[in-house]
Amino acid sequence: MNAPLREVKAEQRLMIVDCDIHPIQRSNKDLYPFMPKHWQQHMETFGSHVRQGLSERISWPRMMASGQRADAYPKEGGPPGSSYELMKRQHLDPNGVEHGMLIALSKGGMEERNQDYASALMSAVNDWQVECWVKRDPRLRAGVVIVADDPESSVKEIEKRAAQKEFSQIIISPRSAEPLGRRRFWPIYEAAQAAGFPLAIHPAAIPGGAPSTGAGWPTYYMQEHYTFGSASESVAISLVMEGVFERFPRLKIAMIESGFSWAPTLGWRMDSIFERMYKETPQLKRRPTEYMREHFWFSTQPIEEPENPQHLLDIFEWIGWDKIMFSSDYPHWDFDDPRYAISVKLSEQNRAKIFRDNAKALYGLS
Amino acid sequence: MKLPFKGAIDCDVHLAMPPVKTLLPFMSDYWQDQIVTRFIDRSSFALMSYPTHSPLSGRPDWRAQSGGAMPGATLEQLRSQLLDPFGHELAICHALHGSIALYNEDMGAEFCSAVNRWVAQEWLDHEPRLRASILVHAQNPTLAVAEIERCAGDSRFVAVLLPVMGDSPLGRRIYWPIFEAAQKHGLSICVHAGSTFRNPPTGTGWTSYQSEDYIGQSVAFQNLIISLLAEGVFQKYPDLTFVCLESGFTWMPTLLWRSAKAWRGVRAEVPWIDRSPAGIVRERIKLSLRPFDAPEDPAIINRIFEQINCEDMLVFSTDYPHWQFEGDNALPDGVPRELIRKILVDNPLASFPRLQTNSHVRAHVTQEAAS
Amino acid sequence: MAKKYVAGATSDIAEGGSKLVTLAGRDIGIYNVAGSFYAFADRCPHAGGSLCEGFITGIAVSGGPNDYRLERKGEFLRCPWHGWEFDIRTGQSWCDPNSMRARKFSVKVEAGADLAKGPYVAETFEVKVEGEYLVIEL
Repeated sequence: MNAPLREVKAEQRLMIVDCDIHPIQRSNKDLYPFMPKHWQQHMETFGSHVRQGLSERISWPRMMASGQRADAYPKEGGPPGSSYELMKRQHLDPNGVEHGMLIALSKGGMEERNQDYASALMSAVNDWQVECWVKRDPRLRAGVVIVADDPESSVKEIEKRAAQKEFSQIIISPRSAEPLGRRRFWPIYEAAQAAGFPLAIHPAAIPGGAPSTGAGWPTYYMQEHYTFGSASESVAISLVMEGVFERFPRLKIAMIESGFSWAPTLGWRMDSIFERMYKETPQLKRRPTEYMREHFWFSTQPIEEPENPQHLLDIFEWIGWDKIMFSSDYPHWDFDDPRYAISVKLSEQNRAKIFRDNAKALYGLS
Repeated sequence: MKLPFKGAIDCDVHLAMPPVKTLLPFMSDYWQDQIVTRFIDRSSFALMSYPTHSPLSGRPDWRAQSGGAMPGATLEQLRSQLLDPFGHELAICHALHGSIALYNEDMGAEFCSAVNRWVAQEWLDHEPRLRASILVHAQNPTLAVAEIERCAGDSRFVAVLLPVMGDSPLGRRIYWPIFEAAQKHGLSICVHAGSTFRNPPTGTGWTSYQSEDYIGQSVAFQNLIISLLAEGVFQKYPDLTFVCLESGFTWMPTLLWRSAKAWRGVRAEVPWIDRSPAGIVRERIKLSLRPFDAPEDPAIINRIFEQINCEDMLVFSTDYPHWQFEGDNALPDGVPRELIRKILVDNPLASFPRLQTNSHVRAHVTQEAAS
Repeated sequence: MAKKYVAGATSDIAEGGSKLVTLAGRDIGIYNVAGSFYAFADRCPHAGGSLCEGFITGIAVSGGPNDYRLERKGEFLRCPWHGWEFDIRTGQSWCDPNSMRARKFSVKVEAGADLAKGPYVAETFEVKVEGEYLVIEL
């Protein structure tokens, strides 16, 4: 871990869009410039108040270096993702990142129970992304972190950020207090659609209140890790079946770090059940797969590694080659290196779509 | 498509649950008194996962034949709608009685026991083609084990029935006494779709629609299998087979790929998993044919079978009387021809040790299939 | 024709330690396990992580649930990215021993006096007659 850092060689000829990069504060103090004094004091005195038993760490200790790439800890201290220089040297430059979509998970208020504090964090983290990251490196794009539990303040935040060119999307966690299709969240979708922001759904570590499986709390991190995918399936079901896309026909969903191989079979399953149960959901005017096909994009990391790599092509084919977007998850432990992540041979055209063009089209990047 | 030969073994058949008063003779005086004086006998024990009149709960033509009531309420219906026309050799029936959702575990256990006695006396005694699972109230594993022990002497009970979503993930050690008892008696574990709603049905909270809950069963089965894997249940109980009922199977490639990948990174947390989870799951998990979640397109279905890469995993189910297919097309179009015999006969036999020991069954099935 | 590269002095790597060197443009990690030296291409065969920046540790084994043992301490590498485990003595992946292994190079310990006869390549330091050195042929 203390070995000297080396430059990764620039073997990546294609410039890429990375749809999942995690910046983080070196310490709480990084946010002070963007928070009123009394919230700074609150942060130091009370800290976060979230829906789990431990106050300063998640309750399933992760495996690799606290869930980080062990080689991404900055020498000067602070957590992985807190040093722009290291991120630039270790990832952005050598991996040919033309645009990097920031997903600022920590301290953004999305998991906080105190709603006023959550709003203060939300605003601070959004300012911090602009001032400390995007202004420093215009390759990076900010995502509007919101407090899903508090649609009113989230809508104000979205409206405010819509005018700032540094922002490209809205970030929300599937681990919300209720499934994201429920109507309490619709004002957020209305604001997203009006602002032209896609909604990136990225799992957060801290639960939103519901046990992470329908049968209760998992025991091991191995199980908890799996729920990043399974909870995302539940969210997709909710968004489709509630009729969110009938009400907001221009809303676009980017499923980030959510898995993707489940999407085709989940769509088929929804269709076959809808065929018999359609009277329960009259808000749907089309078959569920049609909403899936039109409104969902999927990021690649953690890439599926079938025993036969060719099977990955089946999944891409079924989802649609225009809907798959590369993501690295830098600096987290299950990082995908763009050079090695997809081991099956892709046509030049499909490679360009996955690594660059689909994300550019979704986010309107030039 | 139609079944190409007679003699199939149907692993998921539902009996319509009787009115509570039908169960009273199978209960103690104390519980009879409780149930009658608290008017517990005056309403249904349908599970939230299977509301009586929901389209999925009863196929419309079968329902019409029973005058709108839930099909599968009489042996005559079961014979005329399922066993005779489809030429079943055996049908394993499951009593999805709502008492498993009661919080009072003593009352729940009494109900489960009454249901099992009723199944034996009113169904198994009269129809040699029927087998059944043992209904248990899993909230209290000690009581569940007592019921398993009580039923185990009756060889027509071939499995223990648990809902996929209960109080806790089923791999947890609190449930191991149930697995211990099942393994000892050669019973399989049937995990059926549905929830007692002790927890919200998704990891993101409470859904709005029954459709969502039903769709989400495939998610619940994935979490179940990961729980069994992570907790080491497959190592601890090497002779126990887990049969997922009303599971569908097209979601399995995701589980195989993701669990095998994660294992390489998090293996040290659960070091008893000593080989790839994909291999363990292929050996120890059975999935039922219905619901069938893919277009009936042979090209796609072939790809999915190739991805799953296991001829032994899938067992035949009609899910009678639930609405899973039309007419007599009990097999989805596109299922690979060479797998049909395995799905209809061999895999079910391999999934339930108690069927194998019944040697006349095997001989008879083989004869039927050959003819 | 293979060339002899001097990767460093044996005293550079303490027992249980490792050293990353670049020889002929290749990144190679050298490991000292109880006085024996092993060398691997510093790129995880799975997804490219730098093995030298991971952990040198043992292997967790078990006879069943709730039985945890750490065996062969100091003989395994854990990749800093996805946590894949490799046996330092063979380079084999613990999970896929037959299909996945780290690229291994043989390391010889040679006395400075013998090396002085040449030819050899020592890119970053001077070889002294009285020292002991790690030599890799590429």
